[in-house]
This record gives sequence, structure tokens and C-alpha cells, in this order.
Amino acid sequence: MRAATQVFEGGFADSVLGSQEIFRALMDAMANPGRIVSVGDLAQAPSPLTPVAASIAATLFDHDATVWCDKPIKASEAALGWLKFHTGLELTNDPAGADFALVTDIDNMPSFDAFAKGTSEYPDRSTTIILQVAGFEAQTSLTLEGPGIKGTQAFSPSQLPRMFTEQWAANRGAFPRGIDLIFAGNGLLAALPRTTRILNKEA
Amino acid sequence: MTELATYNFAYLDEQTKRMIRRAILKAIAIPGYQVPFASREMPMPYGWGTGGVQVTAAIIGPNDTLKVIDQGADDTTNAVSIRAFFQKVANVPVTTKTTEATIIQTRHRIPETALQAGQTLVYQVPIPEPLRFLEPRETETRKMHALEEYGLMHVKLYEDIARHGHIATTYAYPVKVEGRYVMDPSPTPKFDNPKMHNSPALQLFGAGREKRIYAIPPYTQVVSLDFEDHPFEVQTFSQPCALCAAKGSYLDEVILDDKGGSMFVCSDTDFCEERQAAGHRGHLSPAQAEAAE
Ligand SMILES: [Zn+2]
Repeated sequence: MRAATQVFEGGFADSVLGSQEIFRALMDAMANPGRIVSVGDLAQAPSPLTPVAASIAATLFDHDATVWCDKPIKASEAALGWLKFHTGLELTNDPAGADFALVTDIDNMPSFDAFAKGTSEYPDRSTTIILQVAGFEAQTSLTLEGPGIKGTQAFSPSQLPRMFTEQWAANRGAFPRGIDLIFAGNGLLAALPRTTRILNKEA
Repeated sequence: MTELATYNFAYLDEQTKRMIRRAILKAIAIPGYQVPFASREMPMPYGWGTGGVQVTAAIIGPNDTLKVIDQGADDTTNAVSIRAFFQKVANVPVTTKTTEATIIQTRHRIPETALQAGQTLVYQVPIPEPLRFLEPRETETRKMHALEEYGLMHVKLYEDIARHGHIATTYAYPVKVEGRYVMDPSPTPKFDNPKMHNSPALQLFGAGREKRIYAIPPYTQVVSLDFEDHPFEVQTFSQPCALCAAKGSYLDEVILDDKGGSMFVCSDTDFCEERQAAGHRGHLSPAQAEAAE
């Protein structure tokens, strides 16, 4: 059956080196907020998961990672099956209890408040949200500053969550609690850790 | 089959790497905060840098070049063993040159040569909790970090001043990261503290026995704790390096004979050798000694 082969195929060509390459790209992106990092040798998962999002999942998820997936992923038996087979992830319906969130439909995602921010004693017990975006060449650009950035950094993801600047300012205000964002583009990825400040008045 | 085939790449199994990698991403996102992780047994005893080794093993790949230093030197038993370990289990190129390395694992020093963007410095940390000597209970130190209650630390430093007339702490001198978390920079001399501030390199800290990982992203504010009337100062040396004549590098005293003779030389062996190769001569360097004879 086609759906079944879709589920079992499409892992990294070399799972050890493939996930090492993706992790280093993620580390580079998290340490340099807004930097666009290119990645190759990607995993291939059924729609709606893109190769970069699937590769990040294969790199970070396992049975010790609780993951919240949005509706379009949950509606795809093949996509869910692929994630289960290739990562062994623990699925949850509660975004506030998720280590990771995988979002393909950014317009309809829950607000950042719905996810885990960690506690003041354990701010690391928070959700890292992976956003699937088309790319990083939007007309409008965010101006970023903070740890990891020398001066300022321009950042232009093709999609952003609703009321993004306001939501992000509130997230920044909760530091050290907060969510972190990973953007999965087409052969590219980027990240915004909770430390990053956005200088634009609106976006 | 090669001998390598009997090892996991970089020794750790993939599940352990994922767990450490998740901790590293969190550590970068919360600079100076100690992220708990499930430290694994490594084929070397604690005190040999198992925390640093696990961090390096989780990040290293075929495109990396590794340098390992112990007290600034590439040729101590500890540094040689760790370097050989990664050559064997990850088959990566190694170097002693700071400028050629993508990953530098270190015990107790930061290289003298300024680090570059794209480099990662991995510290081996014995005791990650800067408040541990003031408050032994983990539940309490965690609360103090949560509430930014760092008064005890200032009291401790001020007692130093009352007793010695200056802050006597010279190693593991506490810093505040990005105005939030007080952090132990590992037992580096306070001489190295200013190098942590606004460094273009990523700094990762691994404590194996205590199961903590923390980080300083590039271009991050790192301030040594001090007082207005007793500002932070680094150690200074009254003489230049005896071998390369460097002024302003961190010097170790090396005993020359059993009559109490000694010389002061750079603790960073790569820095000292590079300077000597570039023609710099100290008052006890071999060429100088020959010329004097
Ligand atoms: Zn020297």
C-alpha cells in the first residue's frame, strides 16, 4: 500500500550523520538568532510535513519528547505514521504539556500562551515551537537584537503567527520563562530563542 | 572492517545524543541557566571532563577540527587522551592551533588567541553551581536563581575584601550573564573572564558528575561580579613570558632546578609556540640562551 510505504520510507540516508548535520544547523541558528542556515541531505515525509520540518523532527524527537502536532498533521494518517515510525515520539493533545510543537498552519495556531513556558525554577521545561514556513524573503522585515546578535539582525520569514510582535514582546517579558521558535523553510532553517528582542514597533 | 565500526560515531548512542542536543538548545536559549541532563557513563573517570566530553560528542561531526587543552596546554595526559578518544570514535581531524579548530574542548583556560565566529568552546566543569559553597541544598540554590537572590554571593565576595583588603577569589570567579543568571565560569583563572564577554564564539559548559549543561551564546554580555569601590581586576604579571616575551598573557611558573630556580611562561602552549615561530624571543628562550653562551 502506498500509504504504508510512505510511512516507512524517507528517513535520513545516514541517520547518524544526517541528524548531526541538522543539529549543528539548529545549534548555529539558536546561537545566532535570525541567521538563515542552509541544510542538505534531508528526510522526506508525507504531506503536510516539509523535508526540513521532518528532518528537525527526526533529529530532536524520540519517546522522551512529548510533541503537539497541529490539525493538518493530525488529519494525515501518513504524516503521523511517519513521525511515529521514524522518531517514536510521544504525542499529546495538550500544547501546555508539550516539549515540542509542530505547526504547519501558522494562521490557525494557538497563541504562544497556550504552550509551556517552564517554571521560574525550571524555565527549560518549555515548548520549542517548530513553524513550517515557505521561506525567508518576506517584504516586511523584523529587526532583531539580543544575545547571539552582533548589533542587529534583519529577519524576514514568509509567515508569522498572528499578532506576532505583541505575542513575542509578552514572551520576552516572561524571561527566563518562555517559548523558543524554530522556523523550517525550504532547505533552510532559522531560530528565535526567547532572549531575542524585536525592535520594530509593529510587523 | 575498521576498528571504528565497533563504536557508535562519537561514542554516544543516538538517543543520548538527542537528549544532550535538546539540553544544549535550551541552554543557548536561556544563557547562564543550568539545564539538567541525564549524564552518561563515559570510558574515563569523573574529573577527566566527562561533561565536556559528552557535549563535544553530541555536537561533533565530520566537518569539525578538534583542539583539546588542559590548563592551556595541548600536551598534558588529559588533553592527549581526550584528543585520541575523539580521533578514534569520530575520526575527526585534530589540531593544536587555536585558529584551525572548530571545536575547542578546554579544562581551566580560554585560549589567548581571540576566538572567531563559528568556533565553539566546550568547557569541562567540575562544579557548575556558583552558589554551592554558600548553600549546599540544590532546592535552595534553584530558588535563589529563580528569584535572582544573589545577595549571598556578594556577601561572600565582600567578606573577602574585609579579610584581605581585596577580592581574593582568583579562580572560578562568578559572572552575571546578560544581566540575569549568576554563573560559574568553571575553574578558569579570573584573568580569562573578560574573554567570555561579547565573544564571537559559542561557549558550552558540561558538568558530568553534576549533570548540568549551560551556555553563553556569541555576543552576550558577561560581567564579573564586583563592587563600586572594589572593581573587578584581572591578574597582572610583573614580567613577560620567558620564552616568547609576551606581555599580557597568562603565565605559569615552571620550576627549572632543585635550587628554587623558576621561570614564568605562557600557560597557552599554542600561543607561545606561534609567537616563538614568528621570531619572538624571551630572555630564557633557547636561541637567546645559546647566543648568551
Ligand atoms: Zn610565551
